[in-house]
Amino acid sequence: MIETRNLSKTFGPLVAVDDVSFVVKRGEVLGFLGPNGAGKSTTMKMLAGFLPPSGGSAHICGIDVGHDPIAAKSRIGYLPEGAPLYGDMTPAQLLDFVTQVRGLGRIERRRRTEAAVETVQLHEVLHRPIDTLSKGFTRRVALAQAIVHDPDVLILDEPTDGLDPNQKHEVRALLRALSGNKAIIVSTHILEEVDAVCTRAIIIARGRILADETPSDLRAQHGRASLDDIFRAITLGKSA
Amino acid sequence: MGQIWVIMRRELMAYFSTPLAYVFIVIFLALLAATTFYMGAFFDRNQADLRPFFSFHPWLYLFLIPAITMRMWAEERKTGTIEFLMTLPISTNAVVIGKFLAAWLFAGLALLLTFPMWITVEYLGDPDIGVIIASYIGSWLVAGGFLAIGGCVSALTRNQVIAYIVTATVCLLILTSGLPVVLGAFQGWVPPLAVDMIASLSVLTHFESITRGLVDIRDLIFFISLIVLALVVNAAIVDLRKSA
Repeated sequence: MIETRNLSKTFGPLVAVDDVSFVVKRGEVLGFLGPNGAGKSTTMKMLAGFLPPSGGSAHICGIDVGHDPIAAKSRIGYLPEGAPLYGDMTPAQLLDFVTQVRGLGRIERRRRTEAAVETVQLHEVLHRPIDTLSKGFTRRVALAQAIVHDPDVLILDEPTDGLDPNQKHEVRALLRALSGNKAIIVSTHILEEVDAVCTRAIIIARGRILADETPSDLRAQHGRASLDDIFRAITLGKSA
Repeated sequence: MGQIWVIMRRELMAYFSTPLAYVFIVIFLALLAATTFYMGAFFDRNQADLRPFFSFHPWLYLFLIPAITMRMWAEERKTGTIEFLMTLPISTNAVVIGKFLAAWLFAGLALLLTFPMWITVEYLGDPDIGVIIASYIGSWLVAGGFLAIGGCVSALTRNQVIAYIVTATVCLLILTSGLPVVLGAFQGWVPPLAVDMIASLSVLTHFESITRGLVDIRDLIFFISLIVLALVVNAAIVDLRKSA
């Protein structure tokens, strides 16, 4: 459902993403791990159709994102890094805007918006301008707009960043619940998230994939209990 | 088409969510009145027409319209919302057109609110309505041209102040390209054909011919072409600058 084939991106002399290939099937939650600047966000931006690749291709549900971006984007729910949203709108207005752009009819819009608001618990801030909301609520609004149209594919860039531990727990529970019939890719620094949510993990550093296993396989291969240590070993060892 | 409408509505909502829209309209109306009655010697002329009124429109647009367009794309790129917007299943063209139409409609609203001038002149005398209507259309087209250019410039930078200054400069150049002062700079060393082409780019020339009451198809084509060309360039710039 999500597939990258030899995906690359260079910005002038800087190689941000270098020959990245992976597949995420329906029902899988892929954790995208790596140090800052590893190329996680850049890869996700290419998958979401925001950046054109310098080489290779990205595919969503079999659709090449470069050749048919609108069809691909209609299948995706995307949460960009930092959750940028229109601050002057209220969550209700924003969800209305997104569902209208996505072409849902009025009744469908109301139903799906209510469902998303319920799932992410936005009731108390639904009619306050987004730029007055806390970071946690803003991120929840961003998550709501990513799931409101019930997409087959979710691309979430640091979805729990800035949330308090309870909120993190809720978002992770939500992701587990959603993963049943979707393909989800989540980028994170938080290694415990990998255990909590992901069925597979990719470790990326300096634009290259260094590992692509299930969390338990990673542990088995490296003989260490802590993902922290495994992460350090892989990213500092191989990329040095 | 529906998506263009959604974008347009969202943009208009954004204009009115800050004092920007209200301040703009008040300043536009106040300055127009001041220039018409004082600099335009409206009463001294003793004629019931709106020629002096309309003659100031392009000059006021020069420094007010960049204030509308400067945030059009630059703000989205600065805050990162462009990534949110452009990953929705909507084409770049639809977004460019939606934003432009919102700005153009807003300019149209500001123009409509100058109706007291029209009523004044109707009360004082017997003006030619055709000329007035043509002039309003011409003014709206000039606004459209400047807005379209402003959109392009805004897409080139994240800094709204730079967008403002560059837009005002470009608009000034095409506004005055027919004036002897500007043409004189080219006459010595540029072939006469090119000098004529530069003169024909002048917004002022086309606008003045419209305000005389002749809505020549060439003038309409000029403005429509300018707007369409600027929108096409705008879309290209937005697509190319995403990586920046």
